[in-house]
Amino acid sequence: MKKGWIAYPYVVWLIMFIFVPLLLIVFYSVTKTTDQGIVFTLEHFQRFFEPIYIMVLLRSLYLALISTIICLLLGYPLAMILASKEYRHKRVLILLVVIPMWMNFLLRTYAWLTLLEKNGVINNFISFIGLPRMELLYNQGAVILGMVYNFLPFMVLPIYSVLIKIDKSIIEAAEDLGANSRVVFRKIIFPLSLPGVVSGITMVYMPAVTTFVISRLLGGGQFTLIGNLIEQQFLYTGEWGFGSALSLIMMILILFSMAIMSKYEKENEGGGLF
Amino acid sequence: MKKNLRVKFTLLLAVSLISILLLSGCGKSYDATLRVYNWGDYMDKSVITDFEKEYNIKVIYSTFTTNEDMYVSLKSGGSTYDVVFPSEYMVKRMINEDMLHKINMDNIPNFKYIDDRFKNPPWDPNNEYSVPYFWGTLGIVYNKTMVDDPVDSWEILWNEKYERQILMLDSQRDSIGLTLQMLGYSMNTRNLDELEEAKQKLIEQKPLVLAYVGDEVKDKMVGGEAALAVVWSGEAVAMKWENPDLEYVIPKEGGNLWFDCAVIPKSSKNKEAAELFINYLCDPEIAFRNTDYIGYSTPNTETMKMLDEELLNDIAAYPSDEDIANAEVFDDVSDALELYDRIWTEIKAK
Repeated sequence: MKKGWIAYPYVVWLIMFIFVPLLLIVFYSVTKTTDQGIVFTLEHFQRFFEPIYIMVLLRSLYLALISTIICLLLGYPLAMILASKEYRHKRVLILLVVIPMWMNFLLRTYAWLTLLEKNGVINNFISFIGLPRMELLYNQGAVILGMVYNFLPFMVLPIYSVLIKIDKSIIEAAEDLGANSRVVFRKIIFPLSLPGVVSGITMVYMPAVTTFVISRLLGGGQFTLIGNLIEQQFLYTGEWGFGSALSLIMMILILFSMAIMSKYEKENEGGGLF
Repeated sequence: MKKNLRVKFTLLLAVSLISILLLSGCGKSYDATLRVYNWGDYMDKSVITDFEKEYNIKVIYSTFTTNEDMYVSLKSGGSTYDVVFPSEYMVKRMINEDMLHKINMDNIPNFKYIDDRFKNPPWDPNNEYSVPYFWGTLGIVYNKTMVDDPVDSWEILWNEKYERQILMLDSQRDSIGLTLQMLGYSMNTRNLDELEEAKQKLIEQKPLVLAYVGDEVKDKMVGGEAALAVVWSGEAVAMKWENPDLEYVIPKEGGNLWFDCAVIPKSSKNKEAAELFINYLCDPEIAFRNTDYIGYSTPNTETMKMLDEELLNDIAAYPSDEDIANAEVFDDVSDALELYDRIWTEIKAK
């Protein structure tokens, strides 16, 4: 069965929308236009190593890390509940995880703007029960909340899909041999679910580290992340060279972390997302 | 079997392509197409449909959010437009970079309705390239129930009493510009020391700022989320309609005066239709509909006669000559843009 031609449209797509743009990014990042024409330069990369930009990068990595950890802590138990056979309202719960994803991402983030504001729903409730109003919007917490809220399903679903595939007889065997539920989790369920955890982490960390909408809307423009920096170079200053260099550095960082992840995955003999 | 499938696939593709072509050919046929590129929510949509009906020209209308946004998409050459609406400093930059067609003023008879003060402006001295569309000022809008100090200067934005109650504009030129003006410098400076001083001042202000916002400022001020905000006058008019506690002030340092103009980029393929459209927009009746819809200040003298007395006396909408005597107009500083960007990034990333 040779059906290679089915892949042709995808190959064309790949070349047009992934390969060529990547080449363009590389090209822009190492050139600049002068009076003598286009010349080779590394100044865009050099500029990145100024303390201010390094700080932006570190902040992006840090905020994404925090949100990934929170997603994992919230998402893993949820995935376990979803995967357990005993839970009766499982279907409803899965639907509740998936439904928010049907709505536009930007719209959901805008909704948080009105929920968190000083005269917003949450603060009205807090003051109704007699507590002082809190400042919930335009701080680091709001940015992390936005990331966790938007990316949580990407953590839950991969873990869930791995958990339901675990052979129940292994767990039963462990129980027969006298393992209590804590030991079963530590020695069997958790190790077997690692591929799902790894792809969950990747799927949350990558969009979190590159987001620019969440930090601008919920952070009130005070938490410049690497994504904001790139957006600013392309849309505002027209410094495509510097913007491309930033994007390239970001891509290299992501590739690097994915390589570490996939190595880890192989050691555990799991089949993850990548 | 495999071959059969391929034939079927090709046929399917062909049929769908043909039907798309046929469908797009259906409907009303127009004599010409006009591509208009304007700020978001900056024109009454019914004006466009009326223009289409009257001249049998199809209008493709798209929008942008900042001058720079628009400039980049024109400069990159990916898109062609016939009429674009940049602000004054961007008009100058585009003239300098030879991006604009000269407008044939014989085709714009309605230009006579434009107030003389807006003719032959510094950015287009012989009025060859641009026709003013709307104008306004940059100032402070404040909530009377939350602010008890007199608001007459940019200095109030540095008053610690209003910690975390101040909204700044997430716009490099405007925020750095107003700081420069407060320090007694020109809003258009390229002087490193002056810019450095403004940067320090803005970093000092950062703990007092609730957020650096864009379009959200309207909702936030109307909802009483903040006490003070830097806004463009047209927005202030609309905000005051919705929340009477709000008041608009042009600071005594002068403030900034801005003009959005209609221009025809070099990439235009239909200059005559573009001129027809610009002329249509200068028609007093049409200009009134746009003014009524978006609430910004019109440069059209005949249109002004149709407006409410109350609006004409509103300093946010139609400031008197004294109010704007010291106001500064932005100049093109494209050679210092990287510096501005670096400063702004440093402030926001601190």
